[in-house]
Amino acid sequence: MTLRHAQGPEDGQEPADGTTLRHAQGPEGGTGELAVRATGVGKVFPTKTAEITALTDVELEVAAGEFVSLIGPSGCGKSTLLRLIADLDQATSGELEIFGKPARRARIDQDYGVAFQQAGLLPWRTVAANIALPLEVHGTARPERAARVAELAELVGLSDFIDRYPDQLSGGMQQRVAIARALATRPRLLLMDEPFGALDEMTREYLQSELARIAAETGAAVVFVTHSIPEAVFLSDRVVVMSPRPGRITDVIVTGLGEARDETLREAPEYFERVTAVREALHGTHVERANER
Amino acid sequence: MTLPPVSEPAEAQKTDAAQATVAAQDVTLRRVHTTGGGGDRILPTWLRYVAPVVVGGLILLLWSLYVASGAAPRMLPSPAEIGAEFVLRWDIIAEDMLVTATNALVGLIAGSLLAVLLAGLAAAARPVDGMLAPLVAALAVIPIVAITPILNTMFGASSQFGRQAVAMIAAFIPVFVNVLRGFRQTRPVHRDLLRASAATRSQTFRLLTLPTALPYLLTGLRIAASLAVIAALVAEYFGGPADGIGTAIATYAKSGRAALAWAYVVGGIIIGLVFFLVTSLLERLATRRSPV
Repeated sequence: MTLRHAQGPEDGQEPADGTTLRHAQGPEGGTGELAVRATGVGKVFPTKTAEITALTDVELEVAAGEFVSLIGPSGCGKSTLLRLIADLDQATSGELEIFGKPARRARIDQDYGVAFQQAGLLPWRTVAANIALPLEVHGTARPERAARVAELAELVGLSDFIDRYPDQLSGGMQQRVAIARALATRPRLLLMDEPFGALDEMTREYLQSELARIAAETGAAVVFVTHSIPEAVFLSDRVVVMSPRPGRITDVIVTGLGEARDETLREAPEYFERVTAVREALHGTHVERANER
Repeated sequence: MTLPPVSEPAEAQKTDAAQATVAAQDVTLRRVHTTGGGGDRILPTWLRYVAPVVVGGLILLLWSLYVASGAAPRMLPSPAEIGAEFVLRWDIIAEDMLVTATNALVGLIAGSLLAVLLAGLAAAARPVDGMLAPLVAALAVIPIVAITPILNTMFGASSQFGRQAVAMIAAFIPVFVNVLRGFRQTRPVHRDLLRASAATRSQTFRLLTLPTALPYLLTGLRIAASLAVIAALVAEYFGGPADGIGTAIATYAKSGRAALAWAYVVGGIIIGLVFFLVTSLLERLATRRSPV
């Protein structure tokens, strides 16, 4: 297994176990606290005829405040891994810790917020009531709830739409409501499963910039599942490349693109270099570029 | 609430997304349609209201002509005669209407409450569902009015309870079937969301399962409302106290007072219409925000 290092700060690092990089994170990775720590995690789905191994031997560490993308073809287990972290499914083997606690405890303590590909808003609730849902479940008092909702609506730029119903919003706006809802309980970890997957390219790029800003403002760690290579590179500190049959981590690429996630980055040469690196890691071969022919 | 194991979660979500997209398009199309101000295929608003009135008027006119020609049976008086009788005897008709409507309403409410309760249990626990399903199927195939003479004798000639029980059983079935279906319509993404928010079972029921099932409940209620009225009215033909619309129709039909019997039929129609309109309105209010 080869590792492709982007010119990160720790270029000479040795592979920990031949498949993953640990602590590949730059400066902010050294705080010591880990948002997610998976050791030898596996997931097997039993079916009538055979057992399907969705994930095997996953080693992953996500530092507090770090943005990590999971990318790979369909069936590589990236969504499954996210669901395990969120305690929506249980791992069949290995250990999973969220901020040092078991996943179940972290879920009950609301240590993470979650957003899916479908916004999943409750159609009979207004935007405000949808954002407030996790707070309501948690028993937050009404005035505090209203204040937090106003704050979150401001954060995602939907202050004027707070009394609308989901079916009155565009897909992009619905997804912004979902992100606000995920942030409602001030989680230190955001879990996102292809949240922009069903949106058009323009809305997508806009929301990527918004998400980068929100993640920076809130300081939350993000685990982000995506199909899109540019999206993964643009947003992430590290891109985790996964492979199917059985689902596993095959590579980790440090983007080392710095703090700024703005439109100029989309045209920067180092951005394209990382896109190529991720693409090569996904395909497992060297991709010939037009100017090298 | 746990999810059934899914072998390919990524795939499952994709099809879900595809459905959501189709649904979204559907919503857009519908909206375009309604903002079109009537559109070309839909009749203009005034015509939609006037047309049934014209047809109804025409039928009444033909009916009157038929009776006036002398060829009509003796038990079929003209609409004018029936109308006059209805106005003249409004006092006693209203009294009997109240009896029948009360029986239907009591049956509807009791039957619906019981149905929601049992559907909730059936949705929460598979074994309960297994126990109830054959029972409900059995109830659904018996013509409920068939057991009315037994109930009437059981509870005595002075009690309305037998009639209310019949209305209750009639209302129970559509509400139970619909609500049980409604309780199972929660979407996986919503269940995941509530679970990720660490919602308890009762919170999930209150915040997700119940609101999701509400349109189904009200559809069941609309169907049940008409059935409860019919059941309460027909039950009166099989004994019990000597009041109510059904008893009156039977009595006056036998004694040959055709116009009065028909006037009572009009009273029965009014009860049925009121029940239907009120429940339809409730249903429309509940389905205003259909799932996105």
